[in-house]
Amino acid sequence: MYEIVYRQEMAQGTVVLNVIKAPKIAAKAQPGQFVIVKANETGERIPLTMADTDPEAGTITIIYQVVGKSTALFKTLQVGDAYQDVLGPLGKPTHIERYAGIVICIGGGTGVAVVHPITRAFKNAGNHVVAIIGARTKDLLILEDKMLDASHELQVCTDDGSYGHHGFVTDVLQQYLNGSRPVSMVVAAGPVPMMKRVAAMTKPHSIPTMVSLNAIMIDGTGMCGGCRVSVDGTNRFTCVDGPEFDGHQVDFDGLMQRLSAYRQQEQQAMELFAHECKLRNLT
Amino acid sequence: MGDKKDRIPRQPMPEQPPEQRRRNFDEVPLGYPPEIAQREAGRCLQCKNPACVSGCPVGIDIPRFIRHIREGDFTKAIATLKEKTALPAVCGRVCPQEVQCEQRCVLAKSGEAVAIGRLERFAADIDRAHGSPLLPELPKPTGKSVGIVGSGPAGLTVAGDLILKGHAVTVYEAFHKAGGVLVYGIPEFRLPKAIVQEEVGYLEKLGVCFELNAVIGRTETVDELLARHDAVFIAVGAGLPTFLGVPGENLIGIYSANEYLTRSNLMKAYLFPQYDTPIVRGTNVVVVGAGNVAMDAARTALRLGAERVTIVYRRSRNEMPARAEEIHHAEEEGIVFELLTAPVRFLGDTAGRVNAVECIRMRLGEPDESGRRRPVPIEGSNFHIETDMVVIAVGAGANPLITSTTPGLAVNKRGYIIVDPQTGKTRKPRVWAGGDIVTGQATVILAMGAGRIAATSIHQYLTLGW
Ligand SMILES: Cc1cc2nc3c(=O)[nH]c(=O)nc-3n(C[C@H](O)[C@H](O)[C@H](O)COP(=O)(O)OP(=O)(O)OC[C@H]3O[C@@H](n4cnc5c(N)ncnc54)[C@H](O)[C@@H]3O)c2cc1C
Ligand SMILES: Cc1cc2nc3c(=O)[nH]c(=O)nc-3n(C[C@H](O)[C@H](O)[C@H](O)COP(=O)(O)OP(=O)(O)OC[C@H]3O[C@@H](n4cnc5c(N)ncnc54)[C@H](O)[C@@H]3O)c2cc1C
Ligand code: SF4
Ligand code: SF4
Ligand code: FES
Repeated sequence: MYEIVYRQEMAQGTVVLNVIKAPKIAAKAQPGQFVIVKANETGERIPLTMADTDPEAGTITIIYQVVGKSTALFKTLQVGDAYQDVLGPLGKPTHIERYAGIVICIGGGTGVAVVHPITRAFKNAGNHVVAIIGARTKDLLILEDKMLDASHELQVCTDDGSYGHHGFVTDVLQQYLNGSRPVSMVVAAGPVPMMKRVAAMTKPHSIPTMVSLNAIMIDGTGMCGGCRVSVDGTNRFTCVDGPEFDGHQVDFDGLMQRLSAYRQQEQQAMELFAHECKLRNLT
Repeated sequence: MGDKKDRIPRQPMPEQPPEQRRRNFDEVPLGYPPEIAQREAGRCLQCKNPACVSGCPVGIDIPRFIRHIREGDFTKAIATLKEKTALPAVCGRVCPQEVQCEQRCVLAKSGEAVAIGRLERFAADIDRAHGSPLLPELPKPTGKSVGIVGSGPAGLTVAGDLILKGHAVTVYEAFHKAGGVLVYGIPEFRLPKAIVQEEVGYLEKLGVCFELNAVIGRTETVDELLARHDAVFIAVGAGLPTFLGVPGENLIGIYSANEYLTRSNLMKAYLFPQYDTPIVRGTNVVVVGAGNVAMDAARTALRLGAERVTIVYRRSRNEMPARAEEIHHAEEEGIVFELLTAPVRFLGDTAGRVNAVECIRMRLGEPDESGRRRPVPIEGSNFHIETDMVVIAVGAGANPLITSTTPGLAVNKRGYIIVDPQTGKTRKPRVWAGGDIVTGQATVILAMGAGRIAATSIHQYLTLGW
């Protein structure tokens, strides 16, 4: 069992942070890696990036957006409760090096949680790091202070203009691409359309672009092939070959399609869960 | 006397009728009742030089255990089995007996081999029905400890053998449940999970430690295990899915057999939404391949509500690698076989869901390296099979997670670990390996046999130093 030792709600309760006791994973984890989490006996195996780790305390931090049945179930877990299974660290760590030009780290929505440890690692490696983060609206923005610490320049955007730049993260990226400072590396994590757009924008400039993919997973060890995505025309397994890939080679449309595979069942599971919760509250 | 015994026919196995079982996940064969088991045991000629034993990879004393059943001494029967196999309830169910023990039985020539597997299952089931088995007396702890990576039949065998020698044993398993293919691959209707659970529980009672959610190569490396264990046994199976590499393979509704069976068996997607993991329930299902894995996938799809399940296989019936019983059961349940047929591409709708497989007919040409006649496409014979779900079950490969993170392990060109077949020793000091990660996907009993060989060698090393 993997106990929750700290819990915090963000973005008006649509995003939840858990610090979980998992000493072996905390000792090994590197930026870019993720865990697979299962709440209970009947639960699903859900991949989540480690937003932070503390090897001394033996803890890892996950930050998840409540989007369906499993994440809604996670949200019911309080400090002192435990996840039945946590597996990791999975995936390849981000390749971090010191570049001549600036490094731009882009996070959209909960993608900010994914990009945060990567941003910090690039900064620690001596790069000049620009972070661009965005959300639909001000109340949904997460980790602004952490991203401020992890970068040299922080740009914040909201789709509705309620805070920071009015517009998408890609609008701000365009300004940097048009600017005079050479850009050596772009990293993006967030909704697939956002990553697709980022990759399309950097390609004409031939700027290396890493995207962190969120394919549907089961085992996370390269055993099932369910997380396959086409990269440069060949199938790669996101859980072991990724989760980061060269954004200029990824078939984003294929990824998006595969992410919709269980939409109907997901809806059904969520409705049933909401119904059960209602019943429990009534009694 | 032999003649008289020949006249008793091989006793049929009571089974759930096909029309009933094709919609439930309960076990298909129901097991021999004692009278029938004893009658079947009476058919064994008790050969002086029993050929059957040479067909069993672990050398079970077949005539002896069968004699005990005939005499009604079921306790001695199970004791005889357990001298050589730790999982008789599993082997009795899943061994390909028709190419192993039963093929060599002298009565096989008349087409009516003694039903060795069914009798083995009978003895094991009787034993389990009598409550938890007595725990053997454990020797004094030796102070030595062994780490086992993977909890399939090979890993479980080594764990059982070495704990009984007084060594401390920890099994590291990547999944959240122990058992390997026995829990995530082979479906409930063929091998009830309660049986595997009991075997694992028995080892726990003996003192074996199971560390689940431990992905060796990631959570810890083999070298880290070597720092706290005196020896390490690697038995991670052949867990790498093979795809066909034809266009359209990433459409929604196309699964590798590993994914499909893991969702259904381990994650219990067949009980969705009581269990949270979803699975596509196809109406018109196509399964590519004709091994045990393909039969399991096809029969699972049927039980998940498919109206029509078609097996597509590029060779002919004679080459189908599945156990005879599985093919027979699949046919009885109404699975359609499109033999000498191969998929060339998958077609989908605008939402990206598969809706057809384009196939081509094959004919058998000259024999290839494996000695089997090579299937050759017949040009212009292309045709479509409508489908809404496909499972690819054309074999498995070596998962590189361990081998790529363990310096000093030698692998062959297909990525399987090289060992000395006499001992199971790898080229890396203090590391042994066995099962599918050495041989490629084989059988439960061969994995157990490899485990036994390695356990003997590990014990020798721990006590004598070589
Ligand atoms: C490597 C990786 C890292 C991730 N990191 C984060 C993170 O840090 N924070 C965060 O909020 N989300 C992260 N995700 C996405 C997260 O896994 C999904 O949001 C979650 O699985 C949704 O589950 P659900 O049951 O609540 O929703 P559902 O209603 O089941 O699904 C909602 C959507 O989530 C996706 N999804 C469903 N099941 C899975 C699955 N087993 N694996 C992956 N995706 C699935 C599908 O696109 C689906 O349409 C990550 C995904 C991957 C692959
Ligand atoms: C669907 C299916 C049906 C089959 N039917 C039959 C049959 O009827 N009869 C028969 O004899 N054989 C059958 N087989 C083959 C048989 O199951 C295998 O040959 C046998 O299970 C191999 O045993 P093993 O111990 O080598 O590995 P496995 O049973 O594959 O177990 C390996 C274990 O190691 C774990 N693991 C993998 N990587 C790591 C890691 N890095 N760290 C920690 N743990 C790890 C895996 O999760 C798994 O639990 C079937 C196989 C399948 C897939
Ligand atoms: S273990 Fe398998 S091969 Fe050996 S006797 Fe039993 S069924 Fe036959
Ligand atoms: S070969 Fe057949 S008849 Fe002879 S001992 Fe073995 S099972 Fe009995
Ligand atoms: S999740 Fe199964 S191979 Fe990646």
